[in-house]
Amino acid sequence: MVLEAKHISFQYGKDSRQILEDFSLRIESHERVGLAAPSGFGKTTFCKILSGYEEPDRGEILLDGRPLSSYGRYCPVQMIWQHPEQVVNPRLRMREVLKEGDGIEDRILQGLGIEEDWKNRFPAEISGGEMQRFCIARALGKRTKFLLADEISTMLDLITQSQIWSFLMEEVERREIGLLAVSHSMPLLESVCTRICDLSAGI
Amino acid sequence: MKRVNGRIMTVFFFALAVLFLAAVTAAGWVFSEEALVTDFSRKNLGPGLQYLFGTDWLGRDMFIRTLTGLSMSIRIGILAAGVSSVLALLLGTMAATMGKTVDAVITWVIDLVMGIPHILLLILISYALGKGLKGVVVGVALTHWTSLARVIRGEVMQLKEALYIRTARKLGVGGFEIAWKHMFPHLFPQFLVGLILTFPHAILHEASITFLGFGLSPEQPAVGIILSESMKYLAMGRWWLALFPGLFLVFTVVLFDVAGENLRRLMDPGSVHI
Repeated sequence: MVLEAKHISFQYGKDSRQILEDFSLRIESHERVGLAAPSGFGKTTFCKILSGYEEPDRGEILLDGRPLSSYGRYCPVQMIWQHPEQVVNPRLRMREVLKEGDGIEDRILQGLGIEEDWKNRFPAEISGGEMQRFCIARALGKRTKFLLADEISTMLDLITQSQIWSFLMEEVERREIGLLAVSHSMPLLESVCTRICDLSAGI
Repeated sequence: MKRVNGRIMTVFFFALAVLFLAAVTAAGWVFSEEALVTDFSRKNLGPGLQYLFGTDWLGRDMFIRTLTGLSMSIRIGILAAGVSSVLALLLGTMAATMGKTVDAVITWVIDLVMGIPHILLLILISYALGKGLKGVVVGVALTHWTSLARVIRGEVMQLKEALYIRTARKLGVGGFEIAWKHMFPHLFPQFLVGLILTFPHAILHEASITFLGFGLSPEQPAVGIILSESMKYLAMGRWWLALFPGLFLVFTVVLFDVAGENLRRLMDPGSVHI
């Protein structure tokens, strides 16, 4: 499959700064693309547009030539956010949070190092790193075709980081999920991705 | 002195308030016949051991009349506040979810109702519906939903934009499940507290319009009736006819307020440290 962003322009409200200007990107299923740029260059905004959280002012997002909205309720392009505590309902136990995903297999939970007793806890009772693993697992549902990882490992220590990234790389390669990894850490992108694209270069 | 845990105190006050209100309501039910019994051999007695709150010009026991009156007020309050809160929940949710036009209309109605003094609108509605129980309940219900509706509208709007709900949508979670699993647990405490805090208003307004003659009919032993009838006798020095029912009305209202406020503190996640 191919995920295409064509000539995307975007700004938050009429009076604010132009964040993206005529930006295009093409990701194929077997690719792992890195997206680098300093803070404030619209990396997160671009991910939000790619996964349908924001509508671009101009341009379009196509998955195999069709708009995302034509793919039914489950969005095949899933985003993993930088701050996991914002995307988890504080009143649900982690077990319930996982259930929101599309048939998450035990293999994924094991690969991410999620322990059985974490599942019975509330989000306030686990650490940010532990919560992030749940969010990664939740995004790896059966119908996920593309994964957008927006600074997903900034709150993790180096050992956990490498554990999670090696699992993710193995998983996306095996299932042919296209990956867009966002980070301002060049060394990380260089070790994970097949190619790197600089968002700031185009502006 | 050993300091008592704040949370236990809160639960204690809440339970006490609920218990008292339940007891008064039940007592009014049991004594509803006796409140109407007249006995001219005991008329115009002051407060004493036999008749705690004294008796009136027809020899009716004021203690029992006060209890039945309060019980009536509480039942009307619960009914009116219930109707009014459900109305607030429906309209607040509709305003937040059904688009700009619906929102503008509902917000306009809220401002309109809030702009007119409660008591005036209440009298108009109650009078138009022929007074009595129906007039009072509908009147109170239609005038007291606005502030809760505003709160619920704001909450739902905020929730709709919450990232965890938008993420759930992207994961294919259906509208009903989002409403039930994500929104309801968040809205319910607010709704319940709003409901309980509407009671005191409902009771006071019921008593005021009954006192003014636009509410319940004189045969019913409501606090408003008792108070308005006793006005004639105040000048004759029969102060007990108005004092005790009035005090107990205020006490009931304060207790509802205490119950609501304590419940709010218990349900607020930020209040673990009280």
